[in-house]
Amino acid sequence: MANNGFTKFRRRATDHAATVIAAGLSALVVGTLFAIFTYLVIKGASSLNWTFLTQTPKPVGEAGGGMANCLFGSVLILLIASALGLPVGIGAGIYLAEYGHNRLGQLIRFTADVLNGVPSIVIGLVAYGLVVVTQGHFSAFSGGVALAIMMVPILTRNTEEMLRLVPQSVREAAFGLGIPQWRTTISITLATARAGIITGIMLAFARVAGETAPLLFTALGNTFWSFSPNQPIAALPLQIYVYANSPYEEWHRQAWAGALLLIIMIVGTTAVVRFVFLRRMLGAR
Amino acid sequence: MATAVEVRDLKAWFGKTEALHGINIAVESKHATAVIGPSGCGKSTFVRCLNRMHETVPEAKAEGQVKIGGMDIYDVPAVDVRRKVGMVFQKPNPFPSMSIYDNVAAGLKLNGTRNRKTLDEVVEHSLRQAALWDEVKDVLKKKSGASLSGGQQQRLCIARALAVDPEVMLMDEPASALDPISTAKIEDLIFELKQRLTIVIVTHNMQQASRVAEYTGFFLMGHLVEFDRTEKIFTNPSDKRTEDYITGRFG
Repeated sequence: MANNGFTKFRRRATDHAATVIAAGLSALVVGTLFAIFTYLVIKGASSLNWTFLTQTPKPVGEAGGGMANCLFGSVLILLIASALGLPVGIGAGIYLAEYGHNRLGQLIRFTADVLNGVPSIVIGLVAYGLVVVTQGHFSAFSGGVALAIMMVPILTRNTEEMLRLVPQSVREAAFGLGIPQWRTTISITLATARAGIITGIMLAFARVAGETAPLLFTALGNTFWSFSPNQPIAALPLQIYVYANSPYEEWHRQAWAGALLLIIMIVGTTAVVRFVFLRRMLGAR
Repeated sequence: MATAVEVRDLKAWFGKTEALHGINIAVESKHATAVIGPSGCGKSTFVRCLNRMHETVPEAKAEGQVKIGGMDIYDVPAVDVRRKVGMVFQKPNPFPSMSIYDNVAAGLKLNGTRNRKTLDEVVEHSLRQAALWDEVKDVLKKKSGASLSGGQQQRLCIARALAVDPEVMLMDEPASALDPISTAKIEDLIFELKQRLTIVIVTHNMQQASRVAEYTGFFLMGHLVEFDRTEKIFTNPSDKRTEDYITGRFG
């Protein structure tokens, strides 16, 4: 055929173009993350030292000072949020995937999607109304509640999606052996989807770990050590927010260091979970 | 002749659509019975009613009497029925998260058996019965069930079903996704297994039906048109529709 050579060329060119575009877009995604990280390192690494990790904030003009209490506060709030949010979010996801083929399921699914779209400051207000006003004081616990509310819809929808990816034939195989449905869900379906569910947990965790708005009038912030869930507590995003808005050069540097610390905390947690837990789970290949 | 499965006036629905219109059949114990018929005739639905798998589909229901070993399976909990009536599916479906060993042990483990020695014995015995032991004995706990070839996976699924020691084994086109060599292995297995348990096998392959089964039932549009000894069905059917089907005039 006369146009055979041209057709071949055109197909090859299209193929190359598509590959280059896809590779370029991937590079853009990775590049953005890399750029943020590099910038944080440049701006913050010099202030991220032992003092920063062991001391509490100092008044303006005094040298030194750090965010040790903020790091602890963030960890405590996230632990509270996970303790409250994980069972609810994952439980609801299991319900939706395994039993939710009805009106109630649709309602929950819709509610979760709406909740996912609610601005985080509104969720902070809700936690303020529910916990702070009721208890009469700001607290780490109320901050945990706010972040838990944010985690739930992410976890619910992700868990549902991951469980739905498990082929029906796998469930049927279990039913065919006389394994009850609850057992099938726990030991077969969840086990099959566990890698995806854990990834979702990390996603939800990372999503809320940097939230500032919901903590503004719940955890409130604190320049001193607090170990009680019932007291106002410092958190990395809050401290970064305060420091970044200040007019002081030294505080700006600390804000950068705090941001770097926050990213390291998130990336570190995700990496540890990925490599330690997932590898151990997928061991029997 | 001893009857292993006695079905009386069995009807099944998907939503409002009636898929089976009153099936009566007596399946002989320790023999293989083939179920043949064109696509959509209700043969899969029929076998799925025999271990109450049909009702796991949303909106599906069944009515009538199915007696296995003298008990009406709709009078006892479904999980008890399914422990007595094993099932092998069209597409091999090992548990992807589990090792070969755990796949075979799953039925016992997840129903409460903890004793290691018992489990080891049952796993080996079942894999031997499924003619898979020699191929996997060195990688039992190292390899996942999903890493095996299609034919091996299907034999793993048979071993898994055998591990709970069923009285009846339902096979829904167990070889239709496999190559001829793997198919031959499955057919050999059926010969072995029917010494000890009752087999009901759905198949699209009429040669397969004539090779493995003593009895054959021909389904058409939700009716059991004819049920007889396999050789009678394939050489001298009494119903015109059966003859048309097996001679390839339709379906």
